Amino acid sequence: MNHSVRILLKSPKFMLGAVLLLLMIGVVMIYPLINRNDPLEMIALAYQPPDSKLLLGSDNFGRDLFLELIYGIRTSLQVGLIAGVFATAIGLVIGLASGYIGGMIDNLLTAVTNIFIVIPSFVILILISVSIDSRSSFVTAAIIGITSWPWTARAVRAQTSSLRNRDHVNIAKISGYSTPRIIMYEILPYIASYVVMAFVLQMASGILAEASISMLGLGPYNTISLGIIMNWALVFEAPVAGAWWAFIPAALSIAVITFSLYMMNTGMDEIFNPKIRS
Amino acid sequence: MKTNEVLISGKHLTKVFGYGKHKTTAVDDVSFEFHKGEIISIVGESGSGKTTLAKMIMGLLKESSGSISYMGKPRQLKRHADRKKYWKHIQAIFQDPFSSFNQFYKVEKLLLDCIRLQGLKLSKEEQLQKMKEACSFVNLKYEELHNKYPFELSGGQMQRLMIARIFMLHPQLLIADEPTSMVDACSRSTILDMLLKLRDENGMTIIFITHDVGLAYYVSDTLYIMERGKVVESGPAEDVIIHPQHPYTRQLISDVPKVHEAWDLS
Repeated sequence: MNHSVRILLKSPKFMLGAVLLLLMIGVVMIYPLINRNDPLEMIALAYQPPDSKLLLGSDNFGRDLFLELIYGIRTSLQVGLIAGVFATAIGLVIGLASGYIGGMIDNLLTAVTNIFIVIPSFVILILISVSIDSRSSFVTAAIIGITSWPWTARAVRAQTSSLRNRDHVNIAKISGYSTPRIIMYEILPYIASYVVMAFVLQMASGILAEASISMLGLGPYNTISLGIIMNWALVFEAPVAGAWWAFIPAALSIAVITFSLYMMNTGMDEIFNPKIRS
Repeated sequence: MKTNEVLISGKHLTKVFGYGKHKTTAVDDVSFEFHKGEIISIVGESGSGKTTLAKMIMGLLKESSGSISYMGKPRQLKRHADRKKYWKHIQAIFQDPFSSFNQFYKVEKLLLDCIRLQGLKLSKEEQLQKMKEACSFVNLKYEELHNKYPFELSGGQMQRLMIARIFMLHPQLLIADEPTSMVDACSRSTILDMLLKLRDENGMTIIFITHDVGLAYYVSDTLYIMERGKVVESGPAEDVIIHPQHPYTRQLISDVPKVHEAWDLS
């Protein structure tokens, strides 16, 4: 395990992604400690262009956009993380159960997974979001997670059902290991790298999904996320007013976050998939 | 070494995979009686159902119909505790040493697991002593191995470690599923000799699964010839080889390459 982490640190792609992401996390953690103002406080006129005092100008309510952006990135990262955890956990459990147990349960779970793959998850996302009255960022993240697990489940199932018939699993069985222990020690280590990769991808797509749904005005209430900043810019006609600073930095932040996550994923893919490495 | 005490017996064992149109009968109405200290070879070509039969005896596959009795009693495998007890008596060596190891753990763990399965409470020194003993039985040096990962070993070394595992567990019944087919010729004879030594020292029953009639004749007391899920011929090794009754057995015997004769490939 340590060995693969060490190779990973040598991969330029992974390192680029990781450094970008860590840098961004660092900034959004530290900046609110320095600038203790409320991001929703109106401190300037509407759509003030960037200057030395307001780094990214102000929005339609005269709020500091740079501060908003920092809080927005923080929320978006949180939403991505929670959505990724939900999607990976559900996908992992369903995939492991269906791949390891096999038989009727496998058929049933595969059918459920396929149904979820066929229905466009964004539509479910919109429908659930509309029908829930109080949406916190956590609830939105959970909904995103619950609608995006099927691909992980499918891949984990495929890997598990091929591992299940390997001799080391049989040896573990006749050595008296219980089923949870076999899954924990004989199956999971072999698919761990894949699960980590799937988690990173799902975090990226979670951030994108949150941005999309917030732009439609169906995102979380009482918070600032990158999607919500874009929604405000859209609703209050920032593009018409020529206030590029109201939406381009937010869009760029989404791009940079997902780019860094995809870079990490590609880096890991090259390490864990020797066919691509050579 | 063969005694008359029946260790394990199966009656009308059948295993069917799939259902409907995709039904395949891997093992078809097989009955057997294996005695204590006996070496039995199950011989057949690929797909003849010998590994499926072995897995049913091991308790890794559930039989579709028929029953297996162990030590005169129908075996119970419903609960995990029952299976654990059964596996104290019945152990296996598999064909592919490279996939028999979990590549994430050091060799030492495999041997420590054996001590755990037996439920022995031993001090650190006693554990070490036991593992060293097992390694020296298979001509390996514990000091050189215990800190290594499986992929740092050769196939022969891995397979010998699997035998060391059996040595530590000393089960009543060992199922060896083509244990020599993936190791080179030199290791092959050492591995066979080790298996015979295990039988002689512990009075172990060995079920030897192979596609090689010559090898089977060399090691075993009793032969079972399998073709397409059915046992077509069985009996003492000498009888089966010298007076084969079934055409399939005759063909298997004539297919053995001989060193001093021209090989008829027609």
